[in-house]
Amino acid sequence: MEQFLDTFLNPVVLAKYTPAILQGTMVTVILSVLIVLCGIGLGAGLACIRAYRVRLISFVIVIFADVLRALPPLVVILLMFFGLPNVGILLSASVVLFIVLTLVLAAFAEEIVWAGITATPKGQWEAARSTGLTFTQTLFHVVLPQAMRMVIPPLTNRAIAITKMTALGMVIGVPDILGQATTAQSFSANASPLTLAAIAYVVLFLPFVIASRWLESRFASPGA
Amino acid sequence: MTTPAPGTATLEVRALHKSFGALKVLEGIDLSVQRSEMVFVLGPSGSGKSTMLRCCNRLEEPDSGDILIEGDPLTGPGVDLNKMRQRVGMVFQSFNLYPHLSAMGNVTLALRRVQKKSKAEAEDLAIAALAEVGLSDRAGHHPAQLSGGQQQRVAIARALALKPTVMLFDEPTSALDPELVGDVLDVMRTVKDHGMTMLVVSHEMKFARDAADRVIFMADGAIVEQGPPEQIFGAPTHDRTRAFLSRFHG
Repeated sequence: MEQFLDTFLNPVVLAKYTPAILQGTMVTVILSVLIVLCGIGLGAGLACIRAYRVRLISFVIVIFADVLRALPPLVVILLMFFGLPNVGILLSASVVLFIVLTLVLAAFAEEIVWAGITATPKGQWEAARSTGLTFTQTLFHVVLPQAMRMVIPPLTNRAIAITKMTALGMVIGVPDILGQATTAQSFSANASPLTLAAIAYVVLFLPFVIASRWLESRFASPGA
Repeated sequence: MTTPAPGTATLEVRALHKSFGALKVLEGIDLSVQRSEMVFVLGPSGSGKSTMLRCCNRLEEPDSGDILIEGDPLTGPGVDLNKMRQRVGMVFQSFNLYPHLSAMGNVTLALRRVQKKSKAEAEDLAIAALAEVGLSDRAGHHPAQLSGGQQQRVAIARALALKPTVMLFDEPTSALDPELVGDVLDVMRTVKDHGMTMLVVSHEMKFARDAADRVIFMADGAIVEQGPPEQIFGAPTHDRTRAFLSRFHG
């Protein structure tokens, strides 16, 4: 038991590395917020463009969404981080992580929002168009607001899943929660910093998981 | 908006043809509706009456034929469809209210976005339209908080507020519980009494008999016969009309 506590909850190590983990938490928070905003924004934008049903453009969007949903994000992260410098593009580890996870979230968000757009009854389009609204006005004032309400639960779940992947940044040296924790773990030869990291992730993401449960029940019944 | 020349029909349909693939739905419809006239379209299901109605604002694209509103073309090249559609109000069987907007929001959306009215002006017009359908006290309610009959009346207000030249009703009471039908028909009667030109597809025979100026019987994509309600219901000349009506007289 003593050995267990010493390994996972060593008070000296905990005290020493708490500031580093807090710094890492800030990095994770900033990255997560940016990824969620840009990823969902880009995904919803692509879904809207797809709604115009221009065959070639839709095809490109579908390929983008399918490829990025198929690839393990870690592969793309490594490919960009170690590959791009060879063609003269130098990006910091944090920027690579941000770009890749934003694109992955955008790919999923595009599919989710598109499903919401196609699930909006045809009668909504007809009613709006019959009053003289243009296609674009109908999309933004009538269809998209309903589609977004419909897809808030899956979108929230996906956003949580993707932002958790900021931990992958550890592999390329992003100083996020896990990056700080593994560095601290190698210096201290003790797992306590990893315990701190786990606590930081739970504190960070548990509210969102609870919020998603609440959103799911709130938006489960239409018109509520 | 210019005043049409005297004698110009409010809604004119000429040689309208429409097919869905190999299925010919409309085979040459000619129809004109005069100002303030309420024309009822009857016919068995599959006769093409809803398709004909939906062609009148091009929710269905006609294969050929002309549609004119007070002499102005709705079909053909160079037509500003979004502008013309404001002159043709449409009421749907399934109401199609926007569920995320209040009754007020449903009525004001096109007033603001299409007719570019100020918020205050749009709301004044919406309140007037909601009052006309007897729902001025429900302006803040969302569709989910309204009964079917109330929803359909808001949908009528939404079309009415744009001050259309003609209003199309596509089976407006078919989705309603029987006890709610009367309220919607009363509103339609009020709208007619205020001089609206109306083309109605419906199975409300009693209402057609009481309120319509003219009844059209359609079958197999064509108009079989038409005339004043007392003639169509009292002395139909065509076998198909008699056969159809006999099923309703029981």
